[in-house]
Amino acid sequence: MENAAQARSAILDAVIPRTGGAWRVGLTGPPGAGKSSLLEEIVLAYRGRGKTVGVAAVDPTSPFTGGALLGDRIRMARAGADAGVFIRSLGSRGSRGGLSAQTEAVLDLLDAFGKDLVFVETLGVGQMELDVAESAYTTVVVLVPESGDGIQAMKAGLMEIGDIFLVNKCDHEGAGALEMELRAALELGAEREGWRPPVIQTSAIEGRGIEEAVEAIESHRAHLSADGRLSELRRRVLERRIRAEVDERARQVFWRDPERRARLEEGLAKLLAGSLGFEESVRALLPEEPGGEDS
Amino acid sequence: MDRKIRVLVAKPGLDGHDRGARVVAAALKDAGMEVIYTGLHQTPEMIVEAALQEDADVVALSILSGSHMSHFPRVKELLDAAGAADVLITGGGIIPEEDMKTLEAGGIGRLFGPGTDTREVVKYIREEVEARRGR
Repeated sequence: MENAAQARSAILDAVIPRTGGAWRVGLTGPPGAGKSSLLEEIVLAYRGRGKTVGVAAVDPTSPFTGGALLGDRIRMARAGADAGVFIRSLGSRGSRGGLSAQTEAVLDLLDAFGKDLVFVETLGVGQMELDVAESAYTTVVVLVPESGDGIQAMKAGLMEIGDIFLVNKCDHEGAGALEMELRAALELGAEREGWRPPVIQTSAIEGRGIEEAVEAIESHRAHLSADGRLSELRRRVLERRIRAEVDERARQVFWRDPERRARLEEGLAKLLAGSLGFEESVRALLPEEPGGEDS
Repeated sequence: MDRKIRVLVAKPGLDGHDRGARVVAAALKDAGMEVIYTGLHQTPEMIVEAALQEDADVVALSILSGSHMSHFPRVKELLDAAGAADVLITGGGIIPEEDMKTLEAGGIGRLFGPGTDTREVVKYIREEVEARRGR
C-alpha cells in the first residue's frame, strides 16, 4: 500500500502541474436516486455544446470480500460509446483515505488529459464519499421523492455540501413537496458567499430539467471564478489531500515498529486483567508530548 | 500491495438474457475482484473501448445467441490492435465444444458452458491473470 501511495504521488508530480483546465463537478445522492442516468444526460448535453468529458464513477467495495460490482456503465452506455467521453469505474476499496487519494488522482489525470469537464459520481453515504464529492468545484446533490423527506437529506449531511440540488424522477409523486422542503431548508441555512443553491426538478428518462441543470453548473462556475474563490477552494482541497496522505503514511510508519506492537499486546493483557486503565494503555503507545499543546 | 483483478463483464449481441452474466459477476465480486458490468447489447467496439478505459485485466463475455464465432475473435482483434493483447478474453454461454476448441486455438481463453461451477471460473481467472502479470 505504501509503495502504491508513493508511486501515485510520483505520478502526480508530473500530472498536477498540468491540471486546472477542467471544471470539476461532484455528483452525489442516495442509492437509487438515478445518479448515473442523470449524469449521462448531463454529459451528453455538454457533448452537445462541444465539450469533452471525463467521469470517475465510484461504487462501494464489499468490506467482507474486497470485491466490488461496478455498474455505473450500464446506465451510461450512450456516453460510453462517445469518443469524447472517458469513464473510469472505481471501487471505494474501503481503506482509510484510500478512496479520496485514489479518486482524486483519477480526477487529476482526466483533467491533465485535457477534458473540459470532469465529473465524479459517489454514493452520498459516509464521510469519505462526501469528501470526494466536495473536493469538486461544484457539488450536485441528487434526491428523489422516494429517498425520504428533506430531514433525511439533512441527516445524511447532504444539505451542507450541495451547490445545486436536483429532484430527480420528478414525474413521481411527491417531487413538488420535496422541492418545497428543500427550498425551505436552504432558506434557513446560511447563504454561502453569495450563492443560493438552486433546486431543479429533473427526469433523466424524459430529459426534463437537463438544460437547467447544465445552466446551474455554469452559473456556479461563473460565481466561483469571480474574485479568487476558486483558487482558495483549490488551495483547501490540496491542503486536505496532503494532510490525508501524511496522516496515512504516518499511521503506517507508526504501526510498523515491532516494539510498539509488542507494547500494545502487553498493554492489552494488562487492560484485560484490570491492572491498567484505558487512557494509560493509550498513552503508553504515544510519544511524550513536549508542551502538551494540540495542533 | 496486491493489485485487484479487474474484470469487464459484457453481453454482446441481441439476446436479452443476462442471468448467467449476473451470476458470474456476483461470484467474481465475492471472490474479491472488481467487476465492471456493462449490461446488454454491447458491440465489440463498445466492449473494447470500455475495457481500455477501465484498465481491465479480463474481458468476460456471455453469449447465448449463437454469435460467439464472430464476437470473440472480433473483440480479440480490436484488443490486439489497441495494444492490449495481454487482456484475457474468456466467457461462456451456449457454445458447442468444437467451437470452444477453435476459439481457444485462436487465442481466446477458456470458455465455460451451462452448469459450470462458478468456483471453477474464479480459479481459472485468478490463475491466468497471475500468470500473465508474472510475465
